[in-house]
Amino acid sequence: MNKKKYLSILVDNHEGVLTRIASLFRQRGFNIDSLTVSATNDSTLSRVTIGMSGDEEEIKQIINQTRKLYEYEGMFEIDPNDSLVRELLLVKVAANEHIRSGLLELATIFKAKIIDVSEGSMVFELTGKPIKLDSYIENLKPYTILEMCRTGATALQRGKVKMTK
Amino acid sequence: MVLNGSQILANVLIENEVDTIFGYPGGAVLNIYDALYEYSDKITHIMTAHEQGAAHAADGYARATGKTGVCLATSGPGATNLVTGIATAYMDSVPMVAITGNVPNSLIGRDSFQEVYIAGITMPITKHNFVVRKIEDLAPTLRTAFKIAISGRPGPVLVDIPKDITAAVTEYTAAPKQKAERQLSYSGSSLEEIAEAVNKARRPVIVFGGGVKGSNADKILRRIIEKANIPATHTLMAAGVLRWDMPENLGMIGMHGSAAANKAVNDADVVVTVGSRFSDRVALAPGKFARKATMIHIDIDQSEIDKNVKTDLHVVGDAETVLGELEPLLDETKHSEWFAQIDSMRRDIPYSTGGEMMHPREIMEIISEIGGEDALCVTDVGQHQMWAAQYLHHTKAENFLTSGGLGTMGYGYGAAIGAQIGTGRKPVFHITGDGSFHMNMNEACTAVTYNTPVISICLNNTVLGMVRQWQTSFYGKRYSSTDPGRKTNYVKVAEGFGLKGYSCKTADEFRAALKEAVALNAPVWIECMIGKDEKVLPMIPGGGTVDDIIYE
Repeated sequence: MNKKKYLSILVDNHEGVLTRIASLFRQRGFNIDSLTVSATNDSTLSRVTIGMSGDEEEIKQIINQTRKLYEYEGMFEIDPNDSLVRELLLVKVAANEHIRSGLLELATIFKAKIIDVSEGSMVFELTGKPIKLDSYIENLKPYTILEMCRTGATALQRGKVKMTK
Repeated sequence: MVLNGSQILANVLIENEVDTIFGYPGGAVLNIYDALYEYSDKITHIMTAHEQGAAHAADGYARATGKTGVCLATSGPGATNLVTGIATAYMDSVPMVAITGNVPNSLIGRDSFQEVYIAGITMPITKHNFVVRKIEDLAPTLRTAFKIAISGRPGPVLVDIPKDITAAVTEYTAAPKQKAERQLSYSGSSLEEIAEAVNKARRPVIVFGGGVKGSNADKILRRIIEKANIPATHTLMAAGVLRWDMPENLGMIGMHGSAAANKAVNDADVVVTVGSRFSDRVALAPGKFARKATMIHIDIDQSEIDKNVKTDLHVVGDAETVLGELEPLLDETKHSEWFAQIDSMRRDIPYSTGGEMMHPREIMEIISEIGGEDALCVTDVGQHQMWAAQYLHHTKAENFLTSGGLGTMGYGYGAAIGAQIGTGRKPVFHITGDGSFHMNMNEACTAVTYNTPVISICLNNTVLGMVRQWQTSFYGKRYSSTDPGRKTNYVKVAEGFGLKGYSCKTADEFRAALKEAVALNAPVWIECMIGKDEKVLPMIPGGGTVDDIIYE
């Protein structure tokens, strides 16, 4: 069965390390749904958060292959019950005065922020679990989405650090 | 002391006891070649005809000596010409350090003359690669490259050095030779559990691959096979780990493996796989491979566990360490009934000798007869390679070098030259086919320049035999582009390169030519005519099982 999974990988903050991970995934035919790279509290390390879908065996292979990278420093599989997963969405929706109130209502329900109002459009910002973003986008379907972007998920484990080398 | 980048490179090579490198000069490596001139008393540079030959030579050198092979090429086309050789080493886990020059840092990214992003190109075919951006990083980077190449599962590492770095100067302090991080710990299933499964087995089989060779576990493997009386079969990469005539040795497994090996694995109740990765040429139908057996897998690379074939018990660790710990737990026993059963699975492929043209098996047997037990044989890729694997009288693992994983036609000549130079053994037999030989026969000039006693034995069937065999069996004899009608006169071409050439039709002619060639102590070519319809048998088609074995 295909499962949605997130992996958090710590790698050396070297040039080309992102290419190396992307190249490995492409080479092995693994599908990435989302990928974020960010700084960490240690300037020598970067954190790569990868969202993907695959069966158990496939995900095990990805983990084992990634571990072989020279720049690999540690990883944890993000357990949704024990982790904080967040993603940011920016969405520009066509809006005239007739539909603004509907959009505002929806934004209130989802706790989305209005970050721009221009002639004919509004831009909303929403942070939350990817599933919440999915649901917000679903609810915007009756409207006209002009542009949108999502950052991809990033995550931390609750409590103690349980990173495996 | 203060040295420039090129001198530092030479010094790090010397630190790591590299006395021979294979390469080809060019613009971006002019400074490096200038340093090689300066250090020529400590480092011998072997210039090949083509960078591909240099990469294969470094590979053959490494496989034959157990040391790290080093090759060197200039930027752009020099670097891209190494790619096939690096990929060959990667697939067969051969320790190699490839050094490429690049345009100066100031010109990188501007599509400069002979600029190529070789680090990007070689990312999927190296264990790791580096671009050296600062002179201070050069020595540490090169040292790390050597360490990575030899540690764990070995493999190639590429270091790309922009030209300005080869001229820039910095303080150099010598460091000790890099040592492999020998993996002494292992993890996974308990050895007691594995031993229990093996001890209880009535029909056990051991499948072993290149990892046994890589970890020098051949002695301990032989002890286990004899003590627990277990039949064993090898992959292409492990030919010679067991003597060819050892009674427990069932020969090669897989697509062109012996009937006994494939059937024994199919009927086994326990299969212990050591240092092998269940490639598609071994486990042709992974879901049906050894289905009746409890599968046990021992490998140094965690990612090989359950990658191609699911196993019941597995240990991640060095083969020698794990087998060493396992041996005392195994019962001394006899599996006479099982061996008798296996005897009934054996099937000889009939062949005739003394005909107008030689049978490939005759050629291999003559090579073993004249070369003796210590003959070092290097193959190219195709039918001749399979015949060499099947019929040479293998006695030692390090005596058979072949491109298994990548299947690189053109591998043999460079690799044989590298192996000869590395070991000093005389002669080295380069077993090739007319297809493979045409790919890199230009390395004849290298063999002549350095008077390298490599005897190239070319099995000439005038066609691309392996592809043609598939066309015969699976494509209704539609021989598309496998019968090129080449008119190459090997004796004349050999003479043109400055070496001796022979052409033989019969076994007697070949035996006489080979004896002469050995006595010459020089590079020689021997063409052996064989029939174009000779097949590699038995054969299990891709995706097939023992029910699909083709015998004729």
